[in-house]
Amino acid sequence: MTDASLHIATGGPETAEYEPTFGDYFALLKPRVMSLVVFTALVGILAAPSAGLHPVEAFAALLFIAIGAGASGALNMWWDADIDGVMKRTAKRPIPSGRVTPKDALHLGLGLSLLSVMMLWLTTNWLAGALLAFTIFFYAVVYSMWLKRSTPQNIVIGGAAGAFPPMIGWVAVTGSVSVEAVLMFALIFMWTPPHFWALALFMRSDYDDAGVPMLTVTHGRRATRRHILAYTVLLAALAVGAAFTGIGGPVYLAVAVIANAIFLRDAFRISRRSEADAEADNFRVERSFFRFSLLYLFLHFGAIWVEAVLPQGAWGGFF
Amino acid sequence: MSFENVTSDVHIKRRSRNLGVAACLVGFMVLLFALTMVKVQETGANQGFDHVVRPELLPVEGS
Repeated sequence: MTDASLHIATGGPETAEYEPTFGDYFALLKPRVMSLVVFTALVGILAAPSAGLHPVEAFAALLFIAIGAGASGALNMWWDADIDGVMKRTAKRPIPSGRVTPKDALHLGLGLSLLSVMMLWLTTNWLAGALLAFTIFFYAVVYSMWLKRSTPQNIVIGGAAGAFPPMIGWVAVTGSVSVEAVLMFALIFMWTPPHFWALALFMRSDYDDAGVPMLTVTHGRRATRRHILAYTVLLAALAVGAAFTGIGGPVYLAVAVIANAIFLRDAFRISRRSEADAEADNFRVERSFFRFSLLYLFLHFGAIWVEAVLPQGAWGGFF
Repeated sequence: MSFENVTSDVHIKRRSRNLGVAACLVGFMVLLFALTMVKVQETGANQGFDHVVRPELLPVEGS
């Protein structure tokens, strides 16, 4: 960039020549999503058996998984800039607000994708690198470009992209995929639909306005409420069942039982509520369910972490 | 807003962005160096011919 632009440059995004800051580019990486990715991937690394990685290698692996996740976020923002501008929740993102050009976002996303995959491969093993590459492809192409605008199952299938980080962390240490890694993947995969459908219930005008075929739009809000309950039941069975595997233990079981009891109770309430009830209290139960879903995931992976650092054999071995 | 203020604001933003990029690059270099040291240590002790042929490193015939 040359100083020639100085003559017309100003300080606000509403003008033609806004000067993007470092923070604007960082916002393209969806830092809040990255923090969840870092946490679940870290648990995947710590829960993996064997001597593990050297701390420097583990840190680097975690960093490159996070950068890969951020890169897929930038690609998602590049592709979805048109609908992001329509939705209230996303209208202030860097591209729709005019702070970063779509071209810059694309270049940043592609560059960081390449860097993160190559570096994870070199730091750990080829399978971890390949899984990260597949995750980026799945989120940017399969979910963002294909599923999101074409099917109400977008969240169900697309949720796989967010479920890969703990598996990648595990594979970075062990070099192979195991039942435990698949269980951690499944936990996030089954958690994603109720989490997003609850959001869709109280942010309904957003998805309607953008023409995104969320379940609330295509099948109605009553059906969405039933789907939330059905997926929560399946999730609860999976989450509690995982207590009796290699990643579980007594601490995890206690956490899973309590958290899933609360989650099931709220899902049942959501399924029983009418739209009039929800409107009357401004979607109090739906909002509460959504907020708790974030804590739910944190608690489960936190418990897996605790079990990983506890002395071996604390559970007594169901399996 | 005067011309001086505009250019000053732009320069401040560019400086902060450049510093951010510089910090990332320096961090990446440090990480690469640390990773290299770890990988070399994990590889274990290596011996080579260096500048002089060392007979003990040559493969034994018939083995």
